[in-house]
Amino acid sequence: MAERAAIDASPPREQWTGQVGFILAAIGSAVGLGNIWRFPGVAYENGGGAFLIPYLVALLTAGIPILFLDYAIGHRFRGSAPAALRRLGGRRLEALGWFQVAIAFVISLYYTAVIAWALSYFVFSFDLRWGDDPGTFFQGDYLQVGAPGLSFEFVPGVLVPLALVWIVTLAVLAAGVAKGLQRTNVIFLPLLLVAFLVLVVRALFLEGADVGLNALFTPNWAALGDPNVWIAAYSQIFFSLSIAFGIMVTYASYRARRSNLTAPGLVVAFANSSFEILAGIGVFATLGFFAVQQGVGVGELEGLTGVGLSFVTFPAIVSQMPGGPLFGALFFGSLTLAGFTSLLSVLQVVSAGVQEKFGLSRVQATLRTGIPAAVLSVLLFSTTTGLLALDVVDNWANNIGVVGSAVLTTVLVVWVLRKGRELQFHLNSVSTFRVGRTWIALVGGVVPVVLGYMLVSRIVELAVNGYGGLPAPYLASFGWGTIALAVVAALVLTALPWRNGRSDFVAWPPLPVANRQPSERGDR
Amino acid sequence: MTPIAIVFLLLSIVVIWGGLVASMLFLARRPSRADYPAGGVDDADPDAPVIRDT
Repeated sequence: MAERAAIDASPPREQWTGQVGFILAAIGSAVGLGNIWRFPGVAYENGGGAFLIPYLVALLTAGIPILFLDYAIGHRFRGSAPAALRRLGGRRLEALGWFQVAIAFVISLYYTAVIAWALSYFVFSFDLRWGDDPGTFFQGDYLQVGAPGLSFEFVPGVLVPLALVWIVTLAVLAAGVAKGLQRTNVIFLPLLLVAFLVLVVRALFLEGADVGLNALFTPNWAALGDPNVWIAAYSQIFFSLSIAFGIMVTYASYRARRSNLTAPGLVVAFANSSFEILAGIGVFATLGFFAVQQGVGVGELEGLTGVGLSFVTFPAIVSQMPGGPLFGALFFGSLTLAGFTSLLSVLQVVSAGVQEKFGLSRVQATLRTGIPAAVLSVLLFSTTTGLLALDVVDNWANNIGVVGSAVLTTVLVVWVLRKGRELQFHLNSVSTFRVGRTWIALVGGVVPVVLGYMLVSRIVELAVNGYGGLPAPYLASFGWGTIALAVVAALVLTALPWRNGRSDFVAWPPLPVANRQPSERGDR
Repeated sequence: MTPIAIVFLLLSIVVIWGGLVASMLFLARRPSRADYPAGGVDDADPDAPVIRDT
């Protein structure tokens, strides 16, 4: 009875209105810019059709297991990353939660800028404003890129859409989980799917589409013997699923206690990958058209991924295409929608963490984190030095910050605190798709080994070779400095007191004695 | 398209989109458990202000 009373006394929480709302929001978070601009090029460069094999292996052995881990932590301990991890493992893990919040904060600063670019290009599509030389237009006319450093020379063409993105984002976050996040995803996700489907069908009927699809899907079996191809697959799955930096912990915490976790998780994971396959078809059919127009092979084209693909190669293609303006609008509209629904989830991590720690209302938390973030974002990324800063911060935040967070989470939760069985018990108590000991082995074994290798090799490479030929002091401040700031922020925020003191939170369902660790059973 | 590229295009679609369809069918047939443990009362509050420490 005492236990029941404690559960009843546990704090009320915002909630998704149901399973479908949660699934749509989680898919909206997972499907982002990387699905459209990263997956197709990565698949092409890493074995083409043969990439399907490492990709599927990575999805099943790392992507879905970490997704379930995030769900289990957020749902069982019912809080944002810092609160849930503190309930799971005390102050050490709370610090990890704040590190995740800090990384999410940093990512939100530049992610908004990319969405602002996409929004601008959506408008530019209608009159093909980039002209005959999209590369020069993007860096020169649009971004007005200057030398590396910190300039406060603002670029109005970026500043205005960036401010707009921030205002809309904060309005959605302030409206709450059900009326803000869920409602936006319920509208934007189907819209994204329809717009992108129209784009893909149009692309398939372009002259040369078959050339592009041949390039993407013809298997290169030799690639499977290259460890870097497998790392690329794990990396793609990992960055694509919005896992291991607090997003899915936070989203799962808004599910009712009696909620299915793993079966919806499978839908989310496969929906994310399905969108990647769709993007691969659309992007490479379009690239095939461009290659034929240029009289070159697809392999000779430049800018097959990321910013180059989206803001240089695609505009060039759109200019040559019959019905180009509509195609461009569909592409950049899709980028904007996909990015926006992911951005919401990144910022919710920050807002929820602060809301819970400092006892703020939802609106207070949104404004107190969102306004400083918007100001910083504008100062750093709407100026003539924005592109370089973005590239460097993104590289460190993702490859060091997010990957480091994943390695630490899995090692601390499974090996140090030995909470694998408790989280497995939780998943199986509420879900219809059961997970076995294999899940713990994957989360505690495969994930830290593969991601640990990725982390160490990236740190060594950045330390030895630098990045992009940029000056070392610049990388020290914008690259390593970003990680250092996140660590300091994590330590300071952990040290601050919780606004409303301690509660008698009890996880539900209670862990049977047989599943507890010997120390928790009172065994000697 | 070459036959090998068509095969891998179809294989990708069948495996990944097939995985999506299978997981959706699984969820539709088993949307929630019939035997939740006791407790787990609803703690929803649309205007929930704060959470406290552990």
